[in-house]
Amino acid sequence: MSEQLYEVTLLVNGVHRSATVPARRLLSDFLRHDLELTGTHVGCEHGVCGACTVLVGGRPIRSCLQFAVTVDGEEVTTVEGCTRPDGELGPVQQAFRDCHGLQCGFCTPGFVTTITAYLHENPEPTADEAREAIAGNLCRCTGYQNIVASVLRAAQLRTGSTEAAAEAAP
Amino acid sequence: MTTSMLGEPIARREDPRLLTGQGRYLDDIGHRALAAAFVRSPHAHARIVDVDVTEALDVDGLVAIYTHDDLEGRVGEPLPLLIPHEALTHGRTPYALAKDEVNHVGEAVVMVVATDRYVAEDACERIRVRYDFLPPVVGIEAARDAALLVHDDVPGNVSAHLVQENGDARSAIDAAPNVLELDLAIERSASTPLEGRGVHARWDADDHSLRVYTSTQASTSVRAALAAKLGLPPDRVEVIAPDVGGGFGVKIMHPWPEEVLVPWAAIRLGREVKWTEDRREHFVSATHERGQLQHVRVGFDDEGRLLGLDVTVWHDNGAYTPYGIIVPIITTTQLLGPYKPGAYRAEFFSLYTNTVTVTPYRGAGRPQGCFAMERTMDAIAEHLGVDRTVVRERNFIQPDEMPFDHGLTFQDGRPLIYDSGDYPATLEKIKKLVGWDDFAAFRSEARAAGRRVGIGIGCYVEGTGVGPYEGGFVKVETDGTVVVATGLTTQGQGHQTVFAQVVAAELGVPIERVAVTTGDTRRFGYAVGTFASRAAVMSGNAIAIAARKVRDKALRVAGEALEADARDLEIVDGTVRVVGSPPGAPGTSIPLATVAVLANPLRYAFDREAERATQFGGPVDVSKPPVAEGDSPGLEETGYYSPPRSTFANGMHAAIVETDPDTAEISILRYCVVHDCGTLINPRIVEGQIHGGVAQGVGGALYERMVYDDAGQLLNASFMDFLMPYSTEVPVVETDHQQTPSPLNPLGIKGAGEAGVIPVSAVIASAVSDAEGFAVTRMPISPSDLHELRLRHSSEGGPAR
Repeated sequence: MSEQLYEVTLLVNGVHRSATVPARRLLSDFLRHDLELTGTHVGCEHGVCGACTVLVGGRPIRSCLQFAVTVDGEEVTTVEGCTRPDGELGPVQQAFRDCHGLQCGFCTPGFVTTITAYLHENPEPTADEAREAIAGNLCRCTGYQNIVASVLRAAQLRTGSTEAAAEAAP
Repeated sequence: MTTSMLGEPIARREDPRLLTGQGRYLDDIGHRALAAAFVRSPHAHARIVDVDVTEALDVDGLVAIYTHDDLEGRVGEPLPLLIPHEALTHGRTPYALAKDEVNHVGEAVVMVVATDRYVAEDACERIRVRYDFLPPVVGIEAARDAALLVHDDVPGNVSAHLVQENGDARSAIDAAPNVLELDLAIERSASTPLEGRGVHARWDADDHSLRVYTSTQASTSVRAALAAKLGLPPDRVEVIAPDVGGGFGVKIMHPWPEEVLVPWAAIRLGREVKWTEDRREHFVSATHERGQLQHVRVGFDDEGRLLGLDVTVWHDNGAYTPYGIIVPIITTTQLLGPYKPGAYRAEFFSLYTNTVTVTPYRGAGRPQGCFAMERTMDAIAEHLGVDRTVVRERNFIQPDEMPFDHGLTFQDGRPLIYDSGDYPATLEKIKKLVGWDDFAAFRSEARAAGRRVGIGIGCYVEGTGVGPYEGGFVKVETDGTVVVATGLTTQGQGHQTVFAQVVAAELGVPIERVAVTTGDTRRFGYAVGTFASRAAVMSGNAIAIAARKVRDKALRVAGEALEADARDLEIVDGTVRVVGSPPGAPGTSIPLATVAVLANPLRYAFDREAERATQFGGPVDVSKPPVAEGDSPGLEETGYYSPPRSTFANGMHAAIVETDPDTAEISILRYCVVHDCGTLINPRIVEGQIHGGVAQGVGGALYERMVYDDAGQLLNASFMDFLMPYSTEVPVVETDHQQTPSPLNPLGIKGAGEAGVIPVSAVIASAVSDAEGFAVTRMPISPSDLHELRLRHSSEGGPAR
């Protein structure tokens, strides 16, 4: 009893990537084991912890609750794609470093993608909004205090870089 | 660029890698490995009658199925009992795969290996195991009653019974003017790291060597255990802890059944094999902690000073005792906190139940001990009508009484002697931070607005940095980079930063040049592990000792090259120079990289720099051997730190809570921490440890419990139902530091990893009791628990505040 296979092609972090997988292959496993993009982590396999969060078409989704075939052709952003174009830390990543927003780092990719999408919609959150923004992701190390600070810091860095970019523009 | 890095809150050096998805956790390794999955017992207590694999054999991609019958030699014997103790008279450990009997839901019965995890689980589903049910023992009361037994040959379900006594506590209590008795309970919780366990093994048949990656807190000990189990010479076994996604104690347990079986299967199959634990597996087949019942009897004078303290603990050790009785030993010794107990007697019974095995979870028995002592302090204060902080202060060990000998034996088998600490100063700081003396006004204000608030306090002393030892290796490469290795492992504590800070400070090199490796037996073979808040103390000091030796040698070699006395030299920014010489003055300085070249007399040059160390490369004293007697080539040293006994950190927490008069919801309005872990290497990392510890403490105080039904089924084995706090449940933690250096080690440091979690249940219980006007004696406390308590107390006619 061999399984029927499907070719799945995604635009992952700006690059077309494809693999042939069974229909039941989870997007998280597809990214991690077929494309070997292991930045996306799996913490619970039931959509509660948020570690596996990736952006599909810019919107955060739990990749452990999605079959890869169902997002065929979509644009996907993982934590690897949250860097600046030159490969340096992106604003959310830099903010986590500045604020000691991570310890073991296992939940971090899900926070980085979630916050990236959140700040896109709400670029200037208050501290309370920042705390609410991350309230769907579990972290066992940090007690969240420094992650809340990271959200606020990332908002600053984004605004700064937007301003810098505007200034640099002709 | 400063080189005095010690004490600086520098950003972590591991972060860029982890933030960009370049970390390498267990399941990130071995994409082409075969996958293992396990058939686990669905029953808490049963005999295995038959295992039928027929239906599974048709699964496309199946590679192998193993039951206990397949496990030859020592692999088929029970797993080791890691920490034997004479009081552990009835220790029992599981088999790697259950033989004849299962003792908890989740115990591994069959191992399946297949081309991937999906297929392996397909096969597992098709394997039929027939069981004869046995009645399970669930809960401490049932274990203590012993109407039913977990193990037929363990009478009373008692694995261990231990009494420690200093003075005649019972007589002292009988003679005391005031006597109180308390019955207390703490429920089960678990470490619950975001990354579960996992093992990847690769057998090299040509080299006859085994490489194992495992998500562990003790890679060297896993190596020793695997070599013994698999009958391999230890030097043919490499064990590496890759990036580990949190441990919090659970990953100090080893070797797990899977940790033995995956390498065993890899050798047998000649293929890479990997097992990555899923979340349900973690709930039912890793380990838990915390569950205890306690009885306290205390005698005290009219000032509240302890005259005698008699504590009995019934500790739930679950189905097996692979980690010995460390947890209840810690509970009964660390219970004493910052206080002089008068005469003290502690007795514990460690009891088997048909539930997941218990091994240390961050705090490791201390939260329960702290809960017992702090509830007792509050009870004394209530009895005498004295402020809770005053009763505590009257019982403190004073700074001039240090070192203070409790006359007991600690978890390391050594005397329980506190090395240093200034408890009255810590109390002053926490009272100021939380505004203890102003709380009455706040309460009145809140009460006028129809709100119910309370304040609580909890004090702890934590023995950290337990032995026996750790080691450190420091080597200056010929390009000037400094490679550092220590055997213990890292699970997020920032070791690549703090150990680099130690080396940068001790050696006088820029921190950017220092690279630290942990938990890799290829790089450092002797180690104990990461637990008991010991990594910074043990490996930090070992690495400092190694760095000082390297520095001495560098100065000696540089002195010969510069024709200067080593005592006149210093290392600044990676350059050895004559003290006080003007920068750049010829013949007064030499880069450490060059010193590293000169420290290794060469026959063959590999680059221009190396030419200086070859036999015709420069003037040498030909009357002496190139490597002096007792010396060794290279600029590298190994150092070990082995303390006479543990060093004792301390701290005090205070919280203000609000309880909803209608819904009984408990909100933490403020949470304050003052802690003393001696000299700080990196205050930012220490604060992070405190924040995380408090969050786990809040989980344990208000939300987390392992809910077993009478049949021994864990009803909440998922993140949907086991309520780990999200950001919206964890308060902002306000911190202040007290620094009392340890006199026991060169850096003066004490451990900080567990401190945050220890007193939280005690503090919240204290605050909720204060808000409600009755004593909370069981934790965690949910809104419905509090509601029940209110009903009971109002029916007893007690006053509500």
